[in-house]
Amino acid sequence: MRVLEVEDVYSGYGETEILHGISVYVAPGEIATIIGPNGSGKSTLMKTIFGLLLPTQGKVALDNEDITGLRPDRIVRKGMCYVPQSDNVFPSLTVLENLEMGAFIRDDDYSGSITDVFARFPVLEERKSQRAGSLSGGEQQMLAMGKALMLNPKVLLLDEPSAGLAPRMVEEILQKIVEIKHSGVAILMVEQNAKEGLRLSDRGYVLAMGKKRFEDEGLALLNNPDVGRLYLGD
Amino acid sequence: METFVGYLNYFIFFAIQGSIFAILCLGLNIQWGYTGLFNIGIAGFYAVGAYTSALLCGPPPSSLDWRIVGGYELPFVVGLVGAMGVSGVLAFLIGIPTLKLKEDYLAIATIGIAEVIRLVLKNEAWLTNSVWGLKNLPSPLQGEIDGKISAFLASHPNFPHWLNDLISNGYNWFYLLIGLVLVAVLYLASERIIRSPWGRVLRAIREDEEVASVAGKDVFWFKMQSLVLGAMMMGLAGGLYAHFAKFIDAMSFEPMFGTFIIWVMLIAGGSGNSKGAILGAFVIWAVWAGTDFFTGHIQMAGYREGALRVLLIGVILEVVLLVRPQGILGEEKMVSKMYEERSAPGKKR
Amino acid sequence: MGQFPQLIVYGLISGSIISLGAIGLSLTYGILNFANFSHGDVMAVGAFLALAVLGLAKGIGIPSHPIGPFSFGLSMVVALVAAMVLTAVVAIAIDRILYRRFRKSGPIVLLIASVGVAFVLRNIVQFIWSPLPSYYIKKIQISKKFLGIRMKPDEVFIILFAAGAALALHLFLTRTKMGKAMRATSDNAELAKVTGIDTERVVIWTWGIGAALAAAGGVMAGIEDKFITPELGWQLLLYIFAAVILGGIGSPYGAVLGGMIIGLSTEMSTGFIDTAYKPAVAFILLVIMLLFRPTGLIRSK
Repeated sequence: MRVLEVEDVYSGYGETEILHGISVYVAPGEIATIIGPNGSGKSTLMKTIFGLLLPTQGKVALDNEDITGLRPDRIVRKGMCYVPQSDNVFPSLTVLENLEMGAFIRDDDYSGSITDVFARFPVLEERKSQRAGSLSGGEQQMLAMGKALMLNPKVLLLDEPSAGLAPRMVEEILQKIVEIKHSGVAILMVEQNAKEGLRLSDRGYVLAMGKKRFEDEGLALLNNPDVGRLYLGD
Repeated sequence: METFVGYLNYFIFFAIQGSIFAILCLGLNIQWGYTGLFNIGIAGFYAVGAYTSALLCGPPPSSLDWRIVGGYELPFVVGLVGAMGVSGVLAFLIGIPTLKLKEDYLAIATIGIAEVIRLVLKNEAWLTNSVWGLKNLPSPLQGEIDGKISAFLASHPNFPHWLNDLISNGYNWFYLLIGLVLVAVLYLASERIIRSPWGRVLRAIREDEEVASVAGKDVFWFKMQSLVLGAMMMGLAGGLYAHFAKFIDAMSFEPMFGTFIIWVMLIAGGSGNSKGAILGAFVIWAVWAGTDFFTGHIQMAGYREGALRVLLIGVILEVVLLVRPQGILGEEKMVSKMYEERSAPGKKR
Repeated sequence: MGQFPQLIVYGLISGSIISLGAIGLSLTYGILNFANFSHGDVMAVGAFLALAVLGLAKGIGIPSHPIGPFSFGLSMVVALVAAMVLTAVVAIAIDRILYRRFRKSGPIVLLIASVGVAFVLRNIVQFIWSPLPSYYIKKIQISKKFLGIRMKPDEVFIILFAAGAALALHLFLTRTKMGKAMRATSDNAELAKVTGIDTERVVIWTWGIGAALAAAGGVMAGIEDKFITPELGWQLLLYIFAAVILGGIGSPYGAVLGGMIIGLSTEMSTGFIDTAYKPAVAFILLVIMLLFRPTGLIRSK
């Protein structure tokens, strides 16, 4: 059962086409990671899925519903959330206020979700009245994810969650992502830290020059000598 | 026939003022159209040029004046050159602190400059004679030409009335000629500039300042040159105005309006286009002057007429921005397309 | 030298009026990245709308006799509230009709458009009410001496009103969902959209609140001077821009701080220089800030 299905998508900026027919999917409770060199189109793909870019061809479906080209705030209502790579929290709002904003479109009592997020990321509860801008890189990343989780999304798009973090933090963040996956969320993730990313992924995609080069289970890609030589620096 | 001559004489007057506006627009075109400098202080340069020329060429202060400076009765050309010089220096001084600023910050800073200039003109009566103004300003060769005209008319006493009216306005034809010649010269200069290497740097700065500076160009210095050159043209326009109107005071150069209408002219005509600058000047001036005829038919209090006219210009600006922001003529087409095209960021939301 | 406490009081009054205008300007500048040159004239529109409603209120019999020590009555209070609401509607309408279409066009196009709007607003006001002074209250109010300072009860009202408005705004921004959404959008509009916040609705609220406060500022200016003219807005524009830049674009708290500083410094400068050059003081502060600390005293972009 594929909760997110991306079919044969072509997309880019203005005259420049970056993606030349990409197809990926994610099922509930699994992590699919996209790796590839810089400029391969990973970020473009995420933005196209989330409606920040309009594809010229192809289809994006969420729970079998066509959401191609819908605006981000519509897509959020359908149950897919996006965590950008950087500038992903509101710096002048407190941790708690950031979470409240995550729940903006909800009409119901979301205090339960806040408790859940704090349970998942205890450090956020400690700092709940602190300005988000004063948090460390890792804490901000956790807050960004917590914010996205306030809507109990079916699909979570993570754009380079470990970017710019210290190695120990990277470990912690990736661990949290696995925990989130276990709660049933489908996660599509772009990771620069290719090896780490693939290690905990159920499946992976290797993108290069806007096309899909490899697609397989996470560990299989990790052990694939071609992938290793070309993309993992082995 | 007489009404025809009446209209013709009005048209001469209209065209002289139009030329003055055209020169102001050409100056703004250098600063904004070519270089992207947003300047709300135009009326300041215009006023400073007018006052400089008036003080250099005008009569000495009378016993009734508050003013104690100026009145050297120098020739017209000296007045114009002085006007350009002082405006240029003023632009230079203003540019030093402000040209480093981002475009919208520059705009905000120039409100302040416009205000300060207005205050100085109004308050420093020892220099400007404040609201009482400078009067009896001379016009070049007026004595000689009027003299010849009078003599000519006197020797032909049996001319029909209309011919008399036509010829006695002859001086203004001469002044119009001066105006048109200056417009033509500055137009050609603008055209040369934009095609020169210097002009290309200005264009590059307007498009993307960071790229230009990375390419090794001293962006600040180029902006300064553009500011000063544009200001000198505006000062020249001021001098031309002073000797045409023959009277100036602190109220003649209401900064915001004097600046605003020039902006509308340039945008409507096509900024970045020297033909557009001239076209816009005459078109908007025609609209403005035209409303005079129109409201003449409807009885209305003076201030209401004034308000409606400014309102109209404001609405024209908004319509142009909405419907055709590049103006009537759009930006000037250049031989090198390199600086023209920028790929728009696709279908980005 | 004994005049300084008095000048400080004038500074507080002036600062209160400027702050009310600066808050709206700062909010829209921060969220929409656009220097709104028509904001001063929005203040003027508010002042004149209040005048109109005042006339109407008196006409239908709402009492005008002075409340307590103040020179105005219930009719003025009604006029003030009505003006705030009406001006908010006007500002929102202008955004929907005009500015909204330029959202993608960059800050300079919006700036130019707002200059056009400034002239349109000012001249509509002039058309209807003439350039001559229009009076709110004809009665002269006597100032009372208090600890060596002369103040009119109306002036105390102005300062208290501004303080109250600032407090109310603070509560709105920190206690309500829309208030927090406004702060979030001001921080990062793109992220706000991605988070699901309805940024267009945030924009409408921003215009509304900013304009309502501006209208109040215009009315306060009228209460202080006793009369208003269509030039009111342009006269205040330089001061409110200076206040916004000083305080930091996008920060309403900065706007209040900036407003007070500008008010105090311009009034106190009259102890040394000609009062005619008050705007020059504001201008110098503005340029210094732009050159050395364009992000303002309180955090901003």
